[in-house]
Amino acid sequence: MESIKLHYDISATDFTRAGAASGDVKRVLKELGVAPATIRNVAVAMYEGEINMVIHAGGGEIDVEITEDAIQMILTDHGPGIENVELAMKEGYSTAPDNIRCLGFGAGMGLPNIKKYSDEFRIDTELGVGTTLTLKVYMS
Amino acid sequence: MTVQNLIDTLHLTVLTEGDLEKEITGCYCGDLLSWVMSRAVEGDCWLTVMGNINAVAVAVLTDCACIVLTENAALDADARQRAEQQGVTILTTDKTTYAVAVALSELMK
Repeated sequence: MESIKLHYDISATDFTRAGAASGDVKRVLKELGVAPATIRNVAVAMYEGEINMVIHAGGGEIDVEITEDAIQMILTDHGPGIENVELAMKEGYSTAPDNIRCLGFGAGMGLPNIKKYSDEFRIDTELGVGTTLTLKVYMS
Repeated sequence: MTVQNLIDTLHLTVLTEGDLEKEITGCYCGDLLSWVMSRAVEGDCWLTVMGNINAVAVAVLTDCACIVLTENAALDADARQRAEQQGVTILTTDKTTYAVAVALSELMK
């Protein structure tokens, strides 16, 4: 199978569109006949990534590549970067403001969920420059 | 039990209509979206007070059978529109999450 490449721009503070990119990838994977468990892993990891970009980084972009063996997602933002990655990876730790918590987010589950649902997880972050997540979910 | 059976038995009000013949195979209660997203599974009846557009996205991602907004929790206008577009069933009731969960548990026996 030739690889399929998808690109998404995630807008700055638009919560109403957050979920559009992961929803679209979910649809493509469904059409390709990918196993439901794999689709779920990709959809959850990517949606959390989208929400993180909207909450913390003023948006960003996501590149997805679907190959025979795996789905790779590269999420890039030019936000403030993460000061303490170890803390950010801890379930329950969050720096999200109250208005975000009122929407049902900010539970400190974002990055832990992304890691939980990815087979490969890499985070590169630099203060003042931005954060890049490189994720891979294997085809089951 | 289908979504329609649930509506009829618990006298729920339909706010948006998706596939009412969808089978309910479980139940999940929760309002923290990240938590729900990682734990709710396909076929769940999701009980929540979170009626915003992100809740609709979570329902789509988890393939839950329907959302039940308990205690007359409000459904935002943009959430209603998105649910209609995506075929997500949203129901509402004045009962508490606990009361609906208990009733659902009885129905699923």
